[in-house]
Amino acid sequence: MSDEKQYFDEMFGRGETPRGPYEDYFAWFSDEDTRRLARKSQEAEALFRLTGITFNVYGRAQAAERLIPFDLVPRIISAREWSRLAKGIEQRVRAINAFLYDIYHRQEIIKAGRVPVEMIARNEAFLPQMIGVKPPGNVYTHIVGTDLVRTGDDEFYVLEDNARTPSGVSYMLENRETMLHMFPELFSKVKVQRVSQYPNSLRRSLSACAPNQCSGRPRLAVLTPGIHNSAYYEHAFLADQMNAELVEGHDLRVVDGRVAMRTTQGYKPIDVLYRRVDDEYLDPLNFNPDSVLGVPGIMDIYRAGGITIANAPGTGIADDKAIYSYMPDIVEFYTGEKAILKNVPTWRCSEKDALAYVLDNLEDLVVKEVHGSGGYGMLVGPAASKKEIARFRKKLESKPGNYIAQPTLSLSTVPILTKAGLAPRHVDLRPFVLVSPDRIEITPGGLTRVALKKGSLVVNSSQGGGTKDTWVLEE
Amino acid sequence: MLGKTAGGLFWMFRYLERSENTARMIDAGLRISLTRSSAADSEWASIIDATGLREAYLQRHEQIEGPAVIDFLLRDKTNPGSVIAAVENARNNARLVRTALTREVWEAVNECYMVLKDKLSRPIRDRELPIVLQTIRQRTAFVRGALHGTMLRNDIYDFARIGTFFERADNMARILDVKYYILLPSVSQVGSMSDNVQWETILRATSSVRAYQTVTEGDTDPRSIAEFLMLDRRSPRSLAFCYGKILDNLGYLETQYGQHMPSFEMAEKVAGRFNNYSVEAIFDFGLHEFIAEFLNDSRALGYQIEQDYRFIE
Repeated sequence: MSDEKQYFDEMFGRGETPRGPYEDYFAWFSDEDTRRLARKSQEAEALFRLTGITFNVYGRAQAAERLIPFDLVPRIISAREWSRLAKGIEQRVRAINAFLYDIYHRQEIIKAGRVPVEMIARNEAFLPQMIGVKPPGNVYTHIVGTDLVRTGDDEFYVLEDNARTPSGVSYMLENRETMLHMFPELFSKVKVQRVSQYPNSLRRSLSACAPNQCSGRPRLAVLTPGIHNSAYYEHAFLADQMNAELVEGHDLRVVDGRVAMRTTQGYKPIDVLYRRVDDEYLDPLNFNPDSVLGVPGIMDIYRAGGITIANAPGTGIADDKAIYSYMPDIVEFYTGEKAILKNVPTWRCSEKDALAYVLDNLEDLVVKEVHGSGGYGMLVGPAASKKEIARFRKKLESKPGNYIAQPTLSLSTVPILTKAGLAPRHVDLRPFVLVSPDRIEITPGGLTRVALKKGSLVVNSSQGGGTKDTWVLEE
Repeated sequence: MLGKTAGGLFWMFRYLERSENTARMIDAGLRISLTRSSAADSEWASIIDATGLREAYLQRHEQIEGPAVIDFLLRDKTNPGSVIAAVENARNNARLVRTALTREVWEAVNECYMVLKDKLSRPIRDRELPIVLQTIRQRTAFVRGALHGTMLRNDIYDFARIGTFFERADNMARILDVKYYILLPSVSQVGSMSDNVQWETILRATSSVRAYQTVTEGDTDPRSIAEFLMLDRRSPRSLAFCYGKILDNLGYLETQYGQHMPSFEMAEKVAGRFNNYSVEAIFDFGLHEFIAEFLNDSRALGYQIEQDYRFIE
């Protein structure tokens, strides 16, 4: 029996009966008619379409707007499990901000020999323009989405620290709205911590980082690349929910030493810009000169304290996959404590011995591009064909510094609803963290992504992943 | 509010109004072709003229005939004036200004788009046409209803309303521009007064048949039709009514912003004409000239609103 349970299932553990956090839900579920639930599933899809919770797929005109599939079996985390996770995340995010400040100022961690200088100096994510810049409140990463995976009852790993512009929070909020709409009775049986405060918290958190030149109530805006961006829905959603303007580069220009937006009554300065545009495109005068998505001169205004950019430019140096392997050291260096959350063991292919090991064990490892995201450009050894491995080997040998490798983790599963009833699928978790000068706030839960294909470990929405509502139970 | 958002709202509601008006014109053409087939083709020609799309149409079709006109106006995506293109434009503008809309308004316009995209994805068969036209009217009305019922009365609402009435007046004037000759007194001497197919089309295309009959208690004559469509303040589609509303909403904007704008004065001048002239005076001046002048002023006003409220850089 136990051989079959290679993976830890969050609902049933390694046995047949529901684990503690799922008991009440499972009791409810067992009394439900699965046909009714199947209908509910279709209702949910119609609801998402009506609300317009879609993402755009690049290069596919036909299916330009797609829905991310939603599975209506929630992922449930107990209050005890959560409090430990939250402590670990907070510690890690605190360390990341201290690391960023240090890296763009005195670079003590390099002087102490804990992180090699090449990791910074030869890294594209490091922005020389940020050296010596002090962001308001010393906050670099106003919004973080820490990707976690689980492998056992008490085993969590951090997979990635998304410290640039993590997306997905709108799905966390809409998934909960949808569940409340479809199963109101369920929420009176099971007490779940709410998530709906997120937009207010985001507003408060960003406002607390207003720049020196802000007078009065801070004026917020969300900068989107535009209506064709894959996450446009989320940009509009967040601007709407926190009562900020949704702007594009061509709505903005520098006026009297401030970044200002063109309103019906003339140009009005913006205090805090929550940008969903990458560093490279932010300012054609300071970065990519061909960018039409940004604002010419915004970096100069930023350096002079005329605007807060969230997240700060240059935070990518902290969530870079090569830096990732140093995170346990980074946490210890800045907090003086051992990291609460584990790192996945990581081989840096830039190192000779590590590369040799990785090349010998490609069929067992996951190999990722250092700057990649969205699950593209990676090799999942155990799931790849001989041919794919051979092809990848060539890429790796030609540019080893571009890659890191990790063991294939036995990712936990949570059941999804299929035609044949409940069936386990692999999941990850992205909690959302807000950083302001006086506090770090983590919304209980986050976005659970689920690989809908049986056996698949790839949860990315661009590659057939879906989402689930994530419940953190009340104490 | 961002200038871009104001422009997006203005155009979103212009496009919605346009799709509804196009549906009404097709309805009028259909009615004629069912009841008086001999007059049908010239009716379709004047409908194409009223939409200002004759040239675009003739690039794609050799002859002006019912089925081709209907397809062109309803579902030809290469025709920027088709209902499907207008609804898609309305929805794209709604996405652009999503943060200015309530959830209800957004969902209404999104559903309008989804339903019509589905209905207009295949050629429409004759027997489906009345239902399709009804769906267009109904779905656009839902958006208007959501706007009335859920939106704050502020600048956002004002731009939405200005777009609506601007487009409605423009559409009305275009129909009058194409059909003015049938309303001239000299023509009314010819033929049977109560059975003039042309009069019926113009009333139907502007959705005014019942309203007109109520007001005139059943009598039909060209002078009173012209008066009703242009000057009657009880009709929500008359030029006078639309310009009264445009003026109101531009006025609210000035109060809210505390700024006086050239567009208000221009609209005041246009609206003033409907207050000061009787229908007799308009006929004396020349109905066609009056409408042509109105269309010019309307174009200039649209441009001025765009400038005053910084729709574009």
